[in-house]
Amino acid sequence: MDIPKDRFYTKTHEWALPEGDTVLVGITDYAQDALGDVVYVELPEVGRQVEKGEAIAVVESVKTASDIYAPVAGEVVEVNLALEKTPELINQDPYGEGWIFRLRPRDMAHLDELLDAQGYQTALEGEV
Amino acid sequence: MRKTPLYEAHLRLGARMVNFAGYLLPLQYTSILEEHLAVRRKAGLFDVSHMGEFLVRGEEALAFLQWATANDASRLQVGRAQYSMLPNERGGVVDDVYLYRLEEEAYLMVVNAANIAKDFAHLRSLAQGFRVELLDLSEETALLALQGREAAALLQGLTDLDLSQRRKNDVFLAQVAGRPARLARTGYTGEDGFELFLAPEDAEAVFLALLEAGATPCGLGARDTLRLEAGFPLYGHELSDETSPLCTPWAWVVKREKAFFGKEAMLARPCRERLLGLVLETGIPREGYRVLSGERPVGRVTSGGYSPLLEKGIALAYVEEGAEGPFAVEVRGRPVPAALSPLPFVPLK
Repeated sequence: MDIPKDRFYTKTHEWALPEGDTVLVGITDYAQDALGDVVYVELPEVGRQVEKGEAIAVVESVKTASDIYAPVAGEVVEVNLALEKTPELINQDPYGEGWIFRLRPRDMAHLDELLDAQGYQTALEGEV
Repeated sequence: MRKTPLYEAHLRLGARMVNFAGYLLPLQYTSILEEHLAVRRKAGLFDVSHMGEFLVRGEEALAFLQWATANDASRLQVGRAQYSMLPNERGGVVDDVYLYRLEEEAYLMVVNAANIAKDFAHLRSLAQGFRVELLDLSEETALLALQGREAAALLQGLTDLDLSQRRKNDVFLAQVAGRPARLARTGYTGEDGFELFLAPEDAEAVFLALLEAGATPCGLGARDTLRLEAGFPLYGHELSDETSPLCTPWAWVVKREKAFFGKEAMLARPCRERLLGLVLETGIPREGYRVLSGERPVGRVTSGGYSPLLEKGIALAYVEEGAEGPFAVEVRGRPVPAALSPLPFVPLK
């Protein structure tokens, strides 16, 4: 299971990649594999203020619907519109083209409360 | 947890296994979408050994089946099969079944895995007073389903029998990959295809031979999306002990001109709701979602999901008799317009 070292993770299988004063958010390779074929993504509205842990997007696979949670509090500043036409990008490239939204965190320091790659790996091992 | 004779083969093929009706079965091997489309475009192979098989035989086998099932079993010639239902005393159904006439006085009934014990007990109680023998062959029968428009061509390479002479709903004996099999030109995907009844010890050899010949292994995930797209009912969802088949698109199964167990109760029951097909503008409906007419809840989704051919969400839903459209389905708190659809949802052969 691919877990890049350049970003942070949540126990609910989101990743958060800092880029300047924003973070890009998506779901992990583990999560996309567990969901199976992603066929629909409900994106949040740009400008929405969100709290840490708030359900703000939905990824639907053939099997099931799964909430996506904000890894930190902040404002949604961009969403990946490509997912409306090609939701399968989440399966094909979960850490790249399959990103879901971009947040401007209220405080970048809150990212430190998330897991690093090693911590996420350990959390996964506890799950299986 | 029970395993089918193909359990080890599924693991070797890398299947993701799930518990279904007490059996460990493949949910998917690679991708539900890929497996779904393999069946629609070419041929897919399913392990459905969890299904139940009963043998009904004896002098009064036909009389008994006429009483126990809603369809007209007397129309079945030897070597033919029909879809039927086992009515209960309340106007609902104990199960939906497939009935195969094997010989003059011998029939095979295929029932849903989750209902094997319930169905057998029900049939046994109805059989009192009939000269008929009932045998549960579920444990000693493996069942494969080869489905898709290229299924016949693919299977032809593994058997000497001329399959072009075999029509939909024919049932016959043949050798497949050198093993004895009972074949039926039936299935649950809306495509052409065959179901292969095998001895458990022959199942893996035949399964592997069919894969070798080009069939794509398919799991329960694709089986469900295919049956939903084809607009077929799933017991426990569209049909149940409590729901009358007369309020569904499968009312044709019930033959009012003959006597059968539970007929009076079934005919006396008014339809307060009807089963409809819905296609959503956006989003994916799931079981239990509410159907709305304006703001008023008028029904519920019994099976919902994504149609890989339509690339849209589709649903079977019970809706109040007389409720008027346009309808919407409440998807995660948001009403989404839903158009009525004839069944099947997609054009099939």
